[in-house]
Amino acid sequence: MRLEYFQLIDRIVELDLPGRRISSEATVPEQSTIFEGHFPGYPLMPGVLLIETMAQTSGWLVVAINQFKRMPFLAAVKEAKFRTFVKPGQRLSVSAELLHDGSGYAVTEASITYEGKPVCNASLTLRVLAFPNEEMSAHMRGVATAIGLPADEALADG
Amino acid sequence: MSTTFETIANIIAETCDIPLESIKPESHAINDLGIDSLDFLDIAFAIDKAFGIKLPLEQWTQEVNDGKATTDQYFVLKNLSARIDELVAAKGA
Repeated sequence: MRLEYFQLIDRIVELDLPGRRISSEATVPEQSTIFEGHFPGYPLMPGVLLIETMAQTSGWLVVAINQFKRMPFLAAVKEAKFRTFVKPGQRLSVSAELLHDGSGYAVTEASITYEGKPVCNASLTLRVLAFPNEEMSAHMRGVATAIGLPADEALADG
Repeated sequence: MSTTFETIANIIAETCDIPLESIKPESHAINDLGIDSLDFLDIAFAIDKAFGIKLPLEQWTQEVNDGKATTDQYFVLKNLSARIDELVAAKGA
């Protein structure tokens, strides 16, 4: 995770396009200014960033399904549950499943586990729009390459 | 068995917390019931699931933006019901 750049996913572990599932890995940094305030003497990963971690994992699934032609934006978070505390240094396993591929939106169920135990889960709605500009599209392709999401050409072939 | 209108009226009532009795076939989802675009995503999701279809929201929005259609054609509930029936029929064809 690079919290200050909002890059919460370290790598894509598995992309299952026919099954409309994805899994990723995200390690909470040992040090971050966020932990200076949340909380002094008791650093905890904020729940909103865990939601963002699930949203980004869901988003990469939607990007892949749309072969990098469309960009998902978080629109709604439902039934979010935070079951355990997350501390610096923990390596989280994140997974997301596409429940519905609507017209201009997608609905996913996402969850995070740590060492096999549930950490949090939520149902997420994403608006799925055309990329607003080429800069953003290029940025997303660059991040995708860095975290190991197959390139759009590979997705088209698959 | 519920009619298409009854099904979507129930979905709207449940999703948006609008009294069922105030939802009429002549109601415009946006202008009369005050449903915003985010709530309409929830309604679309529920309709897609209930009828096994995919409401073409992007196409409808484009047609309205291009002046080729009015929002009444898609968002007055009796018209929305007719569009849903067409999509269900097309799926079965």
